[in-house]
Amino acid sequence: MTDVVTRRGLRRFLPTVSTFKAVLVQILAILLAFATGAIVLSLTGYSPIQAYSAMFRGAFGNIYGIGQTLTRATPITFTAIAFLFAFKSGLFNIGAEGQLIVGAMASAIVGVSFSGLPAPVHIALALLAGAVAGGLWGFIPAYLRARFGAHEVITTMMLSYVAIYLTSYMVNYPYKAPGWVAQTVPISESARLPRILSPTQLSASLYLVLLLVVLTEYVLRRTVLGFELRATGLNPDAAENAGINVRRGMILALVISGAIAGLGGSGEILGVHRRFIDGFSPGYGWDGLAVALVGGLNPVGAFLAAILFGALRSGGMVMTRATGVPLDIVFLLQALVILFVAAPKMIRTLLKKSGLRWLGS
Amino acid sequence: MVGIIDVLNVGLFAAALRMATPIAYASLGGIFSERVGVMNIGLEGMMLLSAFTGVTVTYFTSNPWLGVLGAVIVGGLMGFFHALLTVKFSGDQVVSGTGINIFAMGFTAYMSQVLWGSRGASESVSGLKPISIPLLKDLPVLGPILGTHTPLVYIMLLAVVLSYVLLFRTPLGLRIRAVGEHPTAADTAGIDVHRVKYICITLSGMFAGLGGAFMSLGHLNLFTYGMTGGRGFIAMAAMIFGKWMPFGAFSASLLFGFSDALQMRLQSLGLLPPQIILTIPYLLTVAVLSGVVGRAKAPSDYKPYEKE
Repeated sequence: MTDVVTRRGLRRFLPTVSTFKAVLVQILAILLAFATGAIVLSLTGYSPIQAYSAMFRGAFGNIYGIGQTLTRATPITFTAIAFLFAFKSGLFNIGAEGQLIVGAMASAIVGVSFSGLPAPVHIALALLAGAVAGGLWGFIPAYLRARFGAHEVITTMMLSYVAIYLTSYMVNYPYKAPGWVAQTVPISESARLPRILSPTQLSASLYLVLLLVVLTEYVLRRTVLGFELRATGLNPDAAENAGINVRRGMILALVISGAIAGLGGSGEILGVHRRFIDGFSPGYGWDGLAVALVGGLNPVGAFLAAILFGALRSGGMVMTRATGVPLDIVFLLQALVILFVAAPKMIRTLLKKSGLRWLGS
Repeated sequence: MVGIIDVLNVGLFAAALRMATPIAYASLGGIFSERVGVMNIGLEGMMLLSAFTGVTVTYFTSNPWLGVLGAVIVGGLMGFFHALLTVKFSGDQVVSGTGINIFAMGFTAYMSQVLWGSRGASESVSGLKPISIPLLKDLPVLGPILGTHTPLVYIMLLAVVLSYVLLFRTPLGLRIRAVGEHPTAADTAGIDVHRVKYICITLSGMFAGLGGAFMSLGHLNLFTYGMTGGRGFIAMAAMIFGKWMPFGAFSASLLFGFSDALQMRLQSLGLLPPQIILTIPYLLTVAVLSGVVGRAKAPSDYKPYEKE
């Protein structure tokens, strides 16, 4: 009897055959993307081997590269988890970009407005402001969805643009630092998250996101809230019948999702840039969506996929300097990964046709 | 008061029509895709790829009309690809569209550096020449606004009318709408649901292609990095604001084109921060979707259809 229990208990932590296959399909999608990228590189007169090896060396070859890779991976993990949280409850939050930006702005305002506070208090306040602003930016589409049935894909996307222009206005007019650049003055020393691997920009924001990965895994799998959210996502009607308040769940999920993305923005301002710069996010919100999917829609997978995307960005710059290959091949690779991951059925069909029948099933 | 008179002249309205043209094309594309139940977030990327293709083909052939043709073909191919992923392989519509957008951004910037050695802009090409409509151009007020434009502006006006006729006045249009609204019923009635979806989503990409071609060949005569600047998303807004109807979407495109043109003039006069005006289309769309300004309901539930 006890033997059965322990074995079952253990099995929970062992990957099953089906998760193994799912992971394999994701990896194949990534390999296919790199293969397609290699074709583009050769057709345009570059050596894919040189480009990819320079990229790999840049991203992982030394401490500096690793630091930059993790720096890039951090905000993407935040937005991926934001996406994941909403997705588990059946909502498509593709507005993480906007939530991240308003979170960043709120943190920057708190960061520049006070001085002389004890650092832990100031940092906590700035992070809180970021989470609240991001949460609010998630609440608007959530409320509109629950109350009026407005499709959240469109509203979250539209509100991202509102966030981009609104913060651009703020940083060009009321909060503009003297000079030509549209940016705020630097935040106070007391609001800065410590850098943890100088001379890279890697900051304590990484610890925050690692904590978040563990917490999300726990909340989604082991708590009543997580169960209710997942039930809502799987079948809202059944969830409603089982006594779950679906509307409340939807709103809660998008607010939490927005708050997480907002915290990602805070981390960028308090840890990396130390001021709000107009257009500081090179599309971290969109990356989050991709990374969540590539990571197989679980928090740990998302972090691993974020490292891949972070490595593309940091390694890409080294590749451009070493081989002259335009940096934009990186975005091409990211897009190809997304497109190949978007349709697992396509990969399965390819596998079946190439004779690997057991993998395709 | 002098400032306002300087801003509100016929030149502004002509500019508004020009700015509305790419938005209107892409919003027609959005309508055809959504009418068969597939969301096309990739309009932005399809426009960008087509704008790039238009300039590239013109650069090598010196014929802007071949450029337009190339743009439409590439747009159609991207549309077909979106259909393949979402209809055949039941991939997620939002993910596929997002992938197409990022792909377009990366591919055009990469190829721009390969071809012209610059990420920012291509070399200039000889774009489409404006034509004047006899009689119309001599009318007071209307003449300066409508009389002289590149042919793609007039083709857009024609496309709006034809799309309306096709969708609401022909049996094929009825089939298209049936596929989006009730695929099971359409299937029972003998309509090949998947084929109609393929055709309409490919058409969607071709419209986005015309919009992209207008931006690069009818407007600037060169390709610049990220030149569509979110117009594909504005087009989705116009489509929703126009309640998935061709004339509605066209009117919304005019409104957004007008606010775009106004924004540029106000910016040059320093009257109002441009960022504030730029938020208008997005805020309007959110308001419309929430029923604050008229109710808008999508013509389908965006679910993939699997034949039983």
